[in-house]
Amino acid sequence: MTDSRPQLRRTPLTSVHERLGATLTDFAGWLMPLRYGSETAEHNAVRTAAGLFDLSHMGEIMVTGPDAAAALDYALVGQPSALAPGRARYTMICAPDGGILDDLIVYRLAGEEFLVVANAANTDTVLNALTDRAGTHTPAGAKVADRTADYALIALQGPNAARILGPMTDAGLATVKYYASYPAAVAGHQILLARTGYTGEDGFELFTAPQDAEPLWDALTAAGAASGLAPAGLAARDTLRLEAGMPLYGNELGPNLTPFDAGLGRVVKLDKPGDFVGRAALADRAQAKPERELVGLVGRSRRVPRHGYDVLWDRTACGKVTSGAPSPTLGRPIAMAYVASDVASEAREAGPGSGPDRLAVDVRGNAEPADLVPLPFYRRPA
Amino acid sequence: MTVPDELHYTGEHEWIAIAGSTATVGITDHAQQALGDVVYVSAPAPGSKVTAGEPCGEVESTKSVSDIFSPVDGEVAEVNPEIEENPGLVNSDPYGAGWLFKVTLSGAAGELPPGLMSAAEYEELIATQN
Repeated sequence: MTDSRPQLRRTPLTSVHERLGATLTDFAGWLMPLRYGSETAEHNAVRTAAGLFDLSHMGEIMVTGPDAAAALDYALVGQPSALAPGRARYTMICAPDGGILDDLIVYRLAGEEFLVVANAANTDTVLNALTDRAGTHTPAGAKVADRTADYALIALQGPNAARILGPMTDAGLATVKYYASYPAAVAGHQILLARTGYTGEDGFELFTAPQDAEPLWDALTAAGAASGLAPAGLAARDTLRLEAGMPLYGNELGPNLTPFDAGLGRVVKLDKPGDFVGRAALADRAQAKPERELVGLVGRSRRVPRHGYDVLWDRTACGKVTSGAPSPTLGRPIAMAYVASDVASEAREAGPGSGPDRLAVDVRGNAEPADLVPLPFYRRPA
Repeated sequence: MTVPDELHYTGEHEWIAIAGSTATVGITDHAQQALGDVVYVSAPAPGSKVTAGEPCGEVESTKSVSDIFSPVDGEVAEVNPEIEENPGLVNSDPYGAGWLFKVTLSGAAGELPPGLMSAAEYEELIATQN
């Protein structure tokens, strides 16, 4: 059954999701699989075996030329010039006031070639900002090109990922380190293979030509059948990253927040030589005492704290939930929230489950007690 | 997608089974598929009055929360004791073990309460909604 919303963009794998009977949803203007059956089962498959995701909606922007590294050092808060070819780094692009425009992964493919992967909803914003910033800072030596239509992106995530992929590729996976990327052949197709992910498990992201996406998906499905591989949709992707304490742009990150607010000041390289967009504002912010903190909450009942709900301390609002969902791994609801720093300190000192329920979330009029916990909620076994 | 013939239905995707002056209420297979994995059910308390067409509880799934609307007027007699520990019953057996609550009807005994749909009418409704 084909969806009747013609204005949504289809990925090279949308017909596969239709064939598999996925519930499809509009995500940033793309027709994407929300779940194939039970999102809880898909989540659990990634934690215990492996899951297969279509991430072709993400944006791929190529920055090339002799000044590509310098252009990116200026445009982003990180220091891509310090990356060796074959390495990648999580970073952010900020506005002059320090507000976050997007969070990104930058892959250095070669001395003068960088692949910037942006969130689907922000691809145009990032493309325009990179083009403007390269245009003013390094006009002759850096080219910025939107290559989103030239890539499909498949993620294979879970403890069995390496076991499934190993026999299919010429790449020696033991040498592909975390946050490394590597041209490789998988099932006879040339791809860019990266050991990155958004689930908190070991895994790989495969950047492929659009026409190779479906044969690769089918080959991975067949190879993974004996290892518990399941297709996994965006609902599972969200609960997995939440358990792993990873931020989502639009929830934990946004134009009114700096990387420091989200507890990610480490991505801002104030020590790098040369100016960068947002430097002065971020330098100030690095020195200032934070008014709010991003914390983890675990609910004591089954009712789920959701985006926008008030966090309460002694029945008074002291913050807001940014993301919340039932946690299949913990068996209770979990949430991330921005909470007043003094409340966060007091709640931490008081400890979980001690004394009267001072910390709670207003769930549609009911004060549901919660415990403050350090992030992440889940770490994969060593 | 099952729509058992012997039950009646509402436009809010509840089903109701009437035996004498007691009605059993749950949500339909269509509703549980749309919601996804159910993680919490807030059913109306025994002894409380319910009114046809009015929200009387909530069903919460991974991604969303939906109101439960009472299909009939009456007083809540019983809530499914399994549903608190095992909300997934709503997904796995929406017409059986996943029942939500029972109501003692306030209308005349033996009369079908007004405003309910037959299985055929409900099937047509969900066909046109898709």
